[in-house]
Amino acid sequence: MDVAIIGASMTQFGQRNGWVRDLLTEAGEACLADAGVPRADVEHIYVANMASGEFEGQTGLMNALAHDMGLLGAYAERVDNTSGTGGAGVFEAWQSVASGASDCTLLVGGEKMTHRTTAESTDVIASLTHPVEYKHGATLPSFAGLTARHYLERFDAPRESLAEVAVKNHANGTLNPNAQFQREIDVETALDSPVIADPLRLYDFCPVTDGGAALLLCPVDRAEEYTDDFLRVTGVAGATDTHVVHEREDPTAMKGVVESGEQAFRMAGWDRDDVDIAELHDMFTILEFLQLEGLGFADQGTAWRMATEGTTARDGDLPVNTSGGLKSKGHPLGASGVAQVVELYRQIRGEAGARQVEADRGLACNVGGFGNCVVTTLVEGVRA
Amino acid sequence: MSLDAHRCPDGHLTYPGHGVCPACGQGQTETVDLADRTGEVVTWTTSTATPPGVREPNTLAIVEFDVDGTSVRALGGATTEDVETGDRVRPVHVEQLREPDAGIREPASQAWDGYRFEPVE
Repeated sequence: MDVAIIGASMTQFGQRNGWVRDLLTEAGEACLADAGVPRADVEHIYVANMASGEFEGQTGLMNALAHDMGLLGAYAERVDNTSGTGGAGVFEAWQSVASGASDCTLLVGGEKMTHRTTAESTDVIASLTHPVEYKHGATLPSFAGLTARHYLERFDAPRESLAEVAVKNHANGTLNPNAQFQREIDVETALDSPVIADPLRLYDFCPVTDGGAALLLCPVDRAEEYTDDFLRVTGVAGATDTHVVHEREDPTAMKGVVESGEQAFRMAGWDRDDVDIAELHDMFTILEFLQLEGLGFADQGTAWRMATEGTTARDGDLPVNTSGGLKSKGHPLGASGVAQVVELYRQIRGEAGARQVEADRGLACNVGGFGNCVVTTLVEGVRA
Repeated sequence: MSLDAHRCPDGHLTYPGHGVCPACGQGQTETVDLADRTGEVVTWTTSTATPPGVREPNTLAIVEFDVDGTSVRALGGATTEDVETGDRVRPVHVEQLREPDAGIREPASQAWDGYRFEPVE
């Protein structure tokens, strides 16, 4: 069964006063209002959240949201795929409608993180690592440093190309009122910022963020009852790579990205040049290159040129992260993959305001761990 | 004390070991101790934003060992910040790599000793 996305919302991302339940409810209510769908129609609820138990001591979010939003009776489930949780939520919400199990599914992603220190947040996220990694104090940022050095040395890529990713995504973020950062930076600022995981510096990393995002899905043949302008999910697939990052034969090849991308493109019957815009998981600047290569938009070792030549800029051939990306918009773990598709929804429907680009077809790639589990989603606009 | 890579009947090596060989799906039947060998630094980083109970800065390296023509890699801390890609290093045992009680993981759930890598001349 073909699946439509008929509503979308995201909260302000950044340092927020509310707790995770407040953020989820805010996003969920805004999404129902955006779609104009009565709450009685919602049959399934998916809550994308990585670690509310660890961050806040609050579990059972799916049931909490059903009660807080007055959706009792609906089936509710929490989804965790580490930092790829939102994308996994899209995949599960799609499955719930595509299978015929639900005629109206609400997906809400959210995370509350900023009440913890950066060291504590880093440890919560690093708890996804294998014991032989965790005991050495390996963190997700340290994997990014190890991989970025290998990429730069092996492919003779300029260090500035990574800074260009941060500059681009910060510029896009200034045009997204919901982004955490509303500030342009230049290459020099990025290159002079403090070292976090050599050769990567502060501006190569996304911030710690609170926020929520939501989508409403239904069968395409029911969508027209609600709206004459919606998105169709043309491809969606997930895949895994090794748990132990150093066991990958090629540290710069993300096999989970490759596999999920190939499956999603095959399902959609699209070529790479059918994609007008992409939201990629730029938790670290280097990940934009690795995803562009893994998804087939560039040959291995060459995606850095897309940053330096402006291909991925808002006015380039393939705008990447018009939302500001995780880098500038922020990265509330469970919300991020949902918010990627919210950006595609806004762009394709022509509701993206000052950052609007011409787009009918979009791709979102949400990466959990350091490429450990990945979901790629393809959507296109439908005007009835 | 040992730094054990695990081998399946087809000769594939992994560190750490797994339930089955990721390359061919067979059970892993032997171990090879890497502790007395030297390896080569594939890549490294010095992390300054470390979690609770972890030294700061924390220099980490991915090191490749050659075992009779088959390569196997291991991640570990370095004994010095003065490391470069291509350096030859040897494993040095450390009783406690980070403070088990300071982080989020249950201390009893895993080992906390292991090997850091020291450059050799």
